[in-house]
Formats: sequence, structure tokens, C-alpha cells
Amino acid sequence: MARSVSTRRKLFFTVAAWSVALLIFFPVLWTILTSFKTEASAVASPPELLGADWTLQNYSDVWARSDYPRFFLNSVIISIGSTVLGLLIAIPAAWSMAFVPGNKTKDLLMWMLSTKMMPAAAVLIPMYLIFQKTGLFDTRTGLVLALMLMNLPVIIWMLYTYFKEIPGEILEAARMDGASLKNEVLYILTPMAIPGIASTMLLNIILAWNEAFWTITLTTINAAPLSAFIASFSAPQGLFYAKLSAASTMAIAPILIMGWFGQKQLVRGLTFGAVK
Amino acid sequence: MGKIVLKSVRKSFGDVHVIPSVDLTIENGEFVVFVGPSGCGKSTLLRLIAGLEDTTSGIIEIDGKDATALPPAKRGLAMVFQSYALYPHMTVRKNIMFPLKMAGMDLAAATKKADAAAKVLNLTSYMERKPGQLSGGQRQRVAIGRAIVREPAAFLFDEPLSNLDAALRGNMRLEITELHQTLKTTMIYVTHDQVEAMTMADKIVVLQAGNIEQVGSPLELYNHPANAFVAGFIGSPHMNLLTGSDAQAEGALTIGVRPEHLDISTTAGKWKGVVSVAELLGSDTFLHVNVEGHGTMTVRGGGDVNLRHGDTVYLTPQPDKMHRFGTDGKALA
Repeated sequence: MARSVSTRRKLFFTVAAWSVALLIFFPVLWTILTSFKTEASAVASPPELLGADWTLQNYSDVWARSDYPRFFLNSVIISIGSTVLGLLIAIPAAWSMAFVPGNKTKDLLMWMLSTKMMPAAAVLIPMYLIFQKTGLFDTRTGLVLALMLMNLPVIIWMLYTYFKEIPGEILEAARMDGASLKNEVLYILTPMAIPGIASTMLLNIILAWNEAFWTITLTTINAAPLSAFIASFSAPQGLFYAKLSAASTMAIAPILIMGWFGQKQLVRGLTFGAVK
Repeated sequence: MGKIVLKSVRKSFGDVHVIPSVDLTIENGEFVVFVGPSGCGKSTLLRLIAGLEDTTSGIIEIDGKDATALPPAKRGLAMVFQSYALYPHMTVRKNIMFPLKMAGMDLAAATKKADAAAKVLNLTSYMERKPGQLSGGQRQRVAIGRAIVREPAAFLFDEPLSNLDAALRGNMRLEITELHQTLKTTMIYVTHDQVEAMTMADKIVVLQAGNIEQVGSPLELYNHPANAFVAGFIGSPHMNLLTGSDAQAEGALTIGVRPEHLDISTTAGKWKGVVSVAELLGSDTFLHVNVEGHGTMTVRGGGDVNLRHGDTVYLTPQPDKMHRFGTDGKALA
């Protein structure tokens, strides 16, 4: 009896989980499907699925009309650049907060997190003006800096949580064994925290890749990444849903594939320290 | 060489004075045990010597040189931690070789030294394993191996056996003592277990609330405790400490009698009591006796003592073995 109840419960939760997952993924799925339809089929009411006209024309049109490789390259440089720069700053910061905390370390961490709660629009004008005056506007360097600053609290928090899981005695043992601070971080801390650093890196590349507010606001042509590429298809040429979907699919495909392969690492990273 | 001298060493965390002021000399080649109850500052004192904590004031000299401001790596000491603190991502071989790598020794020489250490510690067949694949005792051996390859001026042990089960603890105690006899290097060993202190030490330092209560050889401390605290702490089972009229009759505030210095009789004696628990160990029998006016006293009898719960006994202290303590807790001559 108990067995049948547990099987039924299992079935219920499985169906529920799949439904929620499908609901979350549906907009992405619909965008991908729409990208293979003709413009007429894309706007048909009621929406067409099995009977739609399928085509690859949208992709060749989008490719022909825009410089996709340039946008792609900008996205790669900006997301990887901001993440690597962020890690270089965050690893020593998280190390000191985790292993040599001061009286105000907790407050500092909370303050850093609180900056993430501020709406981006609140600093739009000062940021815009600073970027214009300093010549950072529409440059990759500018966006690397902006996105790094934006995501730094998240990077530090994730690494801090990871480093806290590493017993302090192991680092003390390294110190006793004659390791300098550099060697302690290089040979002991970093290898032990590799899973954490990798998932932090992965998450931040995704966050930076998907960032649209600043990347669109602070660029025009030269440094524009894929978020601006999508935006460029929605405004000047009217709302061509199929082409817009093709552009969106081309923009999200690389990160979606990367996320798919890295999902195990990502889940482990995000839930680390949650139990125990 | 490995002579360590502490001169007026103090350590405070804010307003909390963990070590009010300590003066201590540890001679080259000595096996010194810091012992005391939890929170007495013994681990802090070891960490001050190691350089893992900064002193608030005072001087720490290692081999005649002021090492107070030196970082741990420059003090030439090796430490074995309670949690072993092995590097989980490295094999046993790499763990043992790590200090040599940090010292810049070439690979061939380092490998040779690591192999030699592994042989001494029976680790040869585990060299390619990671710490996670080893038992507690093996991990402790790796930690010791990592310490001995450095040929340090002194070894520091921070409660290294407290994570092991009783049988293994006994074996490792013996192994560490043998290691000391072979290497003849200074060893400072922190423990709260006074049996470890008694069996291993050349010299015991008894600490309470950051102060040194007494320094001496195990038998000195056992036979001539400087005060009531040391008397009660050293020895297993603990010394019986009595106050009241019996103490006053001896001209003291407290008198102390060790369990083995009480004569047992079923007919007559100084104190009358009833056996509450009899622990039969085969070689010995420990009797816990409820004595009128003094509470529970512990008595050590031979294995053939035939007394059980509820039996009435009479206890008489051996007069020349009695310890007397004054109002300040210090031993009276």
C-alpha cells in the first residue's frame, strides 16, 4: 500500500517538475521554433506549430544584414574579460574576508550585496556621463569595467562561501610547511577551490553575456555585444518576429550550449554550503 | 638544535587576556607536554610558538634568536594538527614532499627523503593514495611524515591523537614516543589528556586560565603537586581532595589523598563509607565510596578486592602520602 502511495507521489512530483521546467523554458523554446518559421507563419493566429511553414531563410537574412561575428566577438571579450578581471580582484578579497576577517567583514559583505539591490537606472546618468567624459563610452574596456563592477559582489560572495568551507588549519599547515602567501594561494587554496572558482566563473560569464541594460546603454557600434544585436532587430526594421527570433536564437545559442555542458558544475556551485 | 625560550609572553584578544604572562624554557631535545583543561590557553601558547598567532607582548626565542616577529615559515618548526590538515588534492607522496618543494629542494632529493620518511612510518604502500582514501591513523602518520622531512628545530603537536579511537591512540602514543627517542628533536605536545602527558613527557607544563601552574617531570608533578589544582588534575583517577575538620586537624585548608594511598578495611578505619560503584578492571578495582561528611571518594584496590555496591568499608589514609594545601591553594611543606 505504502509502495503505491510513494509511486503515485513520485509520479505527481515528476509531472509537476517537468511542467514547471517546461513553463520556464517555454519562451526560449517558442523563440527557437519561431526562428524557423516564415514571417507569415510566425504571426499567424491561432499560433501554428505542426502545420507551420518551416524555413532557414531568417538565419541567412540575419547573417547577411548584420555583422554577427563582430557582435559575437564583443560578447565573448566583454563577458570573459569582466569575469577574469572580477576573479583577479575577488580571489584575494574573498581570501582575506574568509581567513583573516575583521570586525566589519560581515557588514562589508552585506554592503556589497546591497549594491546589487539598487536599480541600475538610478545610476544611469552619472555612469553615462562618466563614460563619455573618460572616453570609455562604446569601448570594450568600458563594458568590461562596468560589468565587472556590476558582478563583483556576486563573485566575492560566491568565492567567500566557497573559501569558508576550506578548513583554516590546512592553510596554516601550508604556512608551517614554509609556503609564502603566494604559494599558499597558488598550491593550496586555488586547487581546493577550483570547483567553486569554476562555477563562479561560469555563472558570471552567463550574467555578463545576458546583461542588456548597460551593454545597450553604453554602446553604439564598436563595442556592441549580442544584446545590442537583438535590440537592433526590434527597432529600425519594425517587428519581424521570425527574424527577431532568429537573431535572438543566434545570440543565446552559445551561452545556452555552454550552460548545458556546465550545468552540473553550476548547480554544485550554487548549492555549495547550503547543506552541511 | 631546538631550544625555545618564552619571556613574559602575553596574548590578549581585545579585553580577554588568554595568556596573562608566561615565562618558560624548553631545552633542546626535550619532550614537553602542555596540559590543562579546555580553554586553558595551551593551544594558544603552541600557536604563539608556531607563529600562527601574534604575541601581544613578550619575546619568543628559538635557538637563541628572537623569533617573535618571524612568520611561521621562517621559524624552522613543524606542526601536526588535530585535524591532520593534509592537503586533500595531493597524494600522500606530494603531501610529504610539499615542505621540501617550498624549501626549493630538487625533485630527486625530495623524493628520496619522502620515501625514507614513508618507510619509517609504514606508509610506503600508500604513497600514491589521496588522504581521503586513508584511515585516521594513516592520515596522522602522513601528517607526522610531512613534519619530519623538514628536519625542524622542534615539532609542535596540537592534540594530534584526539580524533583517534582508544586502541589506535595507545599505539600512536607509543610511536610518537619512539620517534622522539630516535630523532632526539625537541617536541612540544598539547593535550587535555593527562594520561598522554604522564606517559610521553620529559617535562609537563600544567596550565590553567593561561597561567603556568607547575612545570616538572611527570613523577615530580604526581608526587609533589605545587597546588590543589595540579594535584586534582594529574593522576587517574583523580586525587581525593577533602576540606573541613579533617583538613584543619592537619593544619591545612584542603588535604589530598590519591586513590592508591587509602587503605581499605571492612572492620575499622578513619572514614566510614558505603560502596556506590565498584569498577573491576582485573588488575585493579576502583571503588567509589560515599563517605559521611566528605561525599564520594575514589579508592584503588587490588584486583582481588571483593567489595560490591552497598558494602560498608573503612578507609584510612597513609599518613606519609597525604598532601596538604593552604588557603591560597598552594602546597604546604
